[in-house]
Amino acid sequence: MSSTGLSHGSNTVPAPVVAARAALADADEKVAIRNVDFYYGDNRALKSISVSLYARRVTAFIGPSGCGKSTLLRILNRIYDLYPNQRAEGEVLLDGNNILDAKQDLNLLRARVGMVFQKPTPFPMSIYENIAFGIRLYEPLPKSEMDGRVEQALKRAALWNEVKDKLSANGLSLSGGQQQRLCIARTVAVQPEVILLDEPCSALDPISTAKIEELIDELKTEYTIAIVTHNMQQAARVSDYTAFMYLGELVEFDTTSKMFTSPVDPRTQDYITGRFG
Amino acid sequence: MMLYRRRRFANSVVMTLSVVATVIGLGWLVLVLGALLWNGFGSLSVAVFTEMTPPPGSAGGLLNPIVGSLMMSGVAVAIGTPIGILAGTYMAEYGRYSMLTSVVRFINDILLSAPSIVVGLFIYEVVVRPLGHFSGIAGSLALAVLVVPVVVRTTEDMLLTVPKELREAATALGLPRSHVIANVSYRAARAGIVTGILLAVARISGETAPLLFTALNNQFFSADMTQPLASLPVVIFQFAMSPYPDWQKLAWAGALIITFAVLALSISARALSATRTNS
Repeated sequence: MSSTGLSHGSNTVPAPVVAARAALADADEKVAIRNVDFYYGDNRALKSISVSLYARRVTAFIGPSGCGKSTLLRILNRIYDLYPNQRAEGEVLLDGNNILDAKQDLNLLRARVGMVFQKPTPFPMSIYENIAFGIRLYEPLPKSEMDGRVEQALKRAALWNEVKDKLSANGLSLSGGQQQRLCIARTVAVQPEVILLDEPCSALDPISTAKIEELIDELKTEYTIAIVTHNMQQAARVSDYTAFMYLGELVEFDTTSKMFTSPVDPRTQDYITGRFG
Repeated sequence: MMLYRRRRFANSVVMTLSVVATVIGLGWLVLVLGALLWNGFGSLSVAVFTEMTPPPGSAGGLLNPIVGSLMMSGVAVAIGTPIGILAGTYMAEYGRYSMLTSVVRFINDILLSAPSIVVGLFIYEVVVRPLGHFSGIAGSLALAVLVVPVVVRTTEDMLLTVPKELREAATALGLPRSHVIANVSYRAARAGIVTGILLAVARISGETAPLLFTALNNQFFSADMTQPLASLPVVIFQFAMSPYPDWQKLAWAGALIITFAVLALSISARALSATRTNS
């Protein structure tokens, strides 16, 4: 909690992760979540959450099941708007503009804030179309340019070498790990600013997981990333900041190295050392 | 041990009853199909597909009712399918949680099981009487009323089976709802929706009652939808009831044609749903 206030500063030198606390002041605040409550019907699932996502940094959300980490992620692109009886209160500032405002254009917001889900969700169409589909909506590119964009996105997601000879194959024919990387490629292809990853590796084997973690490391040079994970080692490996949530509250938020070495709150300590959760 | 023996006994009793029930059910089907194939193939000839329905005592075929049936079914599907798909889309995608959807679903289920003769009488009242005569259009409309609830139901059901994760993933890319539905939901549910349309065609192709009050019949070849039009079920009804052996033979041939048409449609529907589950 102590560090949420720190935000603006120079962003010329990407600070190494080890320079933990210095990194906080070094990054720009991309998304500022301010006193956000979330309701499923009458059930208050999030209680006055305030936390920030920093530009070109990875922020991990950890905590036991049902603590509200996925719910928090689903606020950031307002995907919860698909369902009645779900509502958020408070402020979520993306580059200073409140996205919870009723006037916010949801499609434009979602084009800026991409999301990858727990279960790989390739669309029932070819690998090429899976990626071209989203681009085409915002940028009607000629075929040659589109080919380039698709290739670039697949390379970005470390999938190009595996699929370059079968771009017309159905996306569903890929393995689980490949499908998830296809989903990441699809998200990256529309060039968002923020990428939300909701337990992206929970359905994958260790090799695919390692590939996706490398990918996250690569992607953070350009994007602001938030990742929800149940895997503490993963949070420690990929993130710069970690937020620990419990029962709908944000217990502690700090640099990952601080959180994993000297957490302030005893609940964080207990969770990280595996004593509960 | 006692308990175990009693369970085994109960099991064998119930299993015997189930097998007997299955045999009885299938037995009748086999008898009906056997009689149909035996008599139908005996009456089938090239003339059945090339000549008009004859007066009693002379040679002829079923060309006019075949063409009439195809035309009316075609128009009925062309009218009923878009309405059914759009309504099903509203219910599964836009209005999933709305009161209107529950009301429409309830009414649609009633329509789905409404006796087709009632539909025929309804169209008779609202179309045939004001126009003053029977017509192919009226027949098509009556069949369309039967198509709509089948297509509404299957479209809604199939769209509801599209996982919400897929819809969320497409929405999360910034796609407007119309794009999500057209490019993701429809694509994922396509085989099921097409199956529903085929089943609707299969259902209307054997309907007699709604046509008796609307398209009536026509002894002569006609492709004029504003005039009375012959159709296979009505001709079968008329010919089978007649005392003339050559008319009865043509009725068997007609029954065989309809059965095979419906069989072909059902097999295509099956094949399509199989490809869906495999992909």
